[in-house]
Amino acid sequence: MQRPKPVDVAIAGGGWVGLALAHEITSRSSLSVLVLERGPGRGLKDYAADMDELDYTLRYRMMHSLADETVTHRHSPRQSAVPVRQYGSFNVGTGVGGSGEHWTGLSYRFLPDQFRLATALADKHGRARLPAGLAVQDWGVTYEELEPLYWRAEQMMGVGGKAGNLGGRIVEGGNPFEGPRSHEYPNPPHRRTFLTSLFAKAARELGYHPFSSPAATLSQTYRNPDGITRSGCAYCGYCSRYGCMIGAKAQPTNTLLPLLVKHDRFELRTGCQVRRVVHRQGRAEALAYVDSAGVEVEQPASIVIVGSWTLNNSRLLLMSRIGERYDPASGKGTLGRNLTHQVGNATPIFLDQPLNAFMGAGGLGVTLADFDGDSGLDPAFGILRGGHIRANSFGEGPITSFGRFPPGETDSTWGSAWKKAALKWWDHGAAITCEAEHLAWRQNFVDLDPVYTDKFGDPLVRLTLDWTDHERRQAAMAAKVQESLAKAMGARLGGGPARVGEHYSVVNYQSSHVCGGAIMGASPETSVVNPWLQHWRMPNLWVVGASAFPQNSSANPTLTVLALAYRAAGALVDRYLKHPGPLA
Amino acid sequence: MRRREFLELPAKSLGGLLVYTLAREPFRVQAQDGMVRVPLRFFTAAEGRVIRTACERIFPGDESGPGATEAGVVIYIDRQLAGPYGRDKYRYTKGPWVDSVPEHGYQGKATPREIYRQGIRLLGDFPALPASGQDEKLRAIEKTPFFQMLRRHTIEGMFSDPLHGGNAEMIGWQLIGYPGPRMSYREEIGRNPGEAWRRKPVSLADVVGHPVAGQEDEKD
Repeated sequence: MQRPKPVDVAIAGGGWVGLALAHEITSRSSLSVLVLERGPGRGLKDYAADMDELDYTLRYRMMHSLADETVTHRHSPRQSAVPVRQYGSFNVGTGVGGSGEHWTGLSYRFLPDQFRLATALADKHGRARLPAGLAVQDWGVTYEELEPLYWRAEQMMGVGGKAGNLGGRIVEGGNPFEGPRSHEYPNPPHRRTFLTSLFAKAARELGYHPFSSPAATLSQTYRNPDGITRSGCAYCGYCSRYGCMIGAKAQPTNTLLPLLVKHDRFELRTGCQVRRVVHRQGRAEALAYVDSAGVEVEQPASIVIVGSWTLNNSRLLLMSRIGERYDPASGKGTLGRNLTHQVGNATPIFLDQPLNAFMGAGGLGVTLADFDGDSGLDPAFGILRGGHIRANSFGEGPITSFGRFPPGETDSTWGSAWKKAALKWWDHGAAITCEAEHLAWRQNFVDLDPVYTDKFGDPLVRLTLDWTDHERRQAAMAAKVQESLAKAMGARLGGGPARVGEHYSVVNYQSSHVCGGAIMGASPETSVVNPWLQHWRMPNLWVVGASAFPQNSSANPTLTVLALAYRAAGALVDRYLKHPGPLA
Repeated sequence: MRRREFLELPAKSLGGLLVYTLAREPFRVQAQDGMVRVPLRFFTAAEGRVIRTACERIFPGDESGPGATEAGVVIYIDRQLAGPYGRDKYRYTKGPWVDSVPEHGYQGKATPREIYRQGIRLLGDFPALPASGQDEKLRAIEKTPFFQMLRRHTIEGMFSDPLHGGNAEMIGWQLIGYPGPRMSYREEIGRNPGEAWRRKPVSLADVVGHPVAGQEDEKD
């Protein structure tokens, strides 16, 4: 066991969270910061030849190797879990920049009422009339408090979009349902494609309010407030699941890392898998890790920040025996509760005209929020919250886009007739998708698997997660809206209605937005970290990431994760360093 | 060290013999004579012939254009199986192995290599059957993990970058009109809506100016 010289701050995880906190702390204090990243170093040069659909989209070259570590899943506490043996419902990044390297770049803010969802639902429906088992909570932070931090994150990444609510004034062309913004987006939205124009036109005809999806892939050359200049997106289409070869997509390695490497108080160690937070008498003392040579190291630090992949934040606390494990039967304990994912569905459509769908960017799309939050909910479906309806020109590859055709062509899935139909319809298929809020339910949680282990012999994190009727009805409502939009676009429907299955499937991709497990909140009785992401029972430990979300929004999480990281950093530097101790 | 095995393919069937037309009607311009001997990394020559024949039934060369044989799909599959993917290097392969519900996906212990070896046994002397008999045999195993994997790999071998051994001379991309990976569509995106933008394809190596190694060539 090696014990290097102590550092002021040790951070587990070198993704958006770890590098954003490292940058905030090194630039605003005199502390030394060490980031431990399990994967390899990464940068622009590694992405120069990555336009390969097979290796990147289908063989998950950017993702963490599941041979080394995966998760297990079961539908209910009565069952044994089995390992997720190959990627399916969500992806997990690795390497410097983490999932922030391969992400899609969609950068919506969360709705203001999301942050006080338990209160909002009780006010609207009456607490007694909410479904049994609903476990949604308020975050302990408000949209108004996060607004300046959202704005900072948008400027850092150079998000392009069109404001729909500037200080309470509704602006034509933006999202009229969003919370008030203090500023217009730093960049204009992306150009529209044939698909997204047609979708927007159909939505307007139906009386909805389509807007260009806010994207962290630059719509033009941009210099951010830190002085980092990046070029505009070239729409090559190799975006989601790829690192950007020209740096147009905001990634930790092209926004934060270039600043950090100039700091002599910053150190990054790659190939280092953190396995425990070492603690004594209510204080975190070190991060224990194994380095790339297999050497066990215990790195002492005055402040420890856990900012790894979402579910590994909870896993690390569980393995380190910090906090009380959640018990779904009694509802007691906080660590592991409120596991959420996202309720994704897609209605396939076909158009007579070709789409050139290989051109695009992950975040290039049009969204409507007319059914988001508690807007536009059709009483026939009896749901509490809806989601975004979207059409995206995300950049389709030739392998995954081949073989789609509308019903009635042929029943074959191979041979001449199939080939002929697939050739006829290639580049004519798309989808209208929905990402709906996933509410927290008492029975969905994470803990440690008693059987399956990672390559070090540590227990895998176990997901106990299933859909409820609420999610199935959310998807059914979305499908109804999607079908009416498809009709208005003059598109053919591509098959049966898009549903959420009877049971949660680890096979079908939903989104990579798994959340919760180490949630934030106003009370140590119901949350793991306080409203500044500081651990309730260990004041020199901070746990930052989407692990803190009490439930999931319909929006993609990165922008909110960054806002929370800024909030944690601000509280740490401005308050904690002056008076080390609990901030709440 | 395994004995070197080769697959003999008629030269005129292996890519490079098509010209691209904007009307998406590839046709043969010249026929080379003789046979090409392709060294195999995983299959034996006999296995290679079985897989080549089966891929050709899944994605036949016919009046709608070239198919799996012309694209060299069997070479793609052979390299995938010989590489890390074929031996499940990146899949979670710790036990206990238990059957589970369909929502948990493939939970089997067999690697892609083993699935192929078992599947090839099911197919027997496949190349000797008439086309109708071959189709009948494939229909009978349609639901097996082997067939589903073979079908998926056939599509991958048709349309993945030629660096992986299939899609010879970008024949699959020419067939559908995919222009290959390109650095920029800044000038093209959103212009001329509803009109197909089709160009003679380029490969990743063409774009970056040097050969690119796939995961299958990764050193252990």
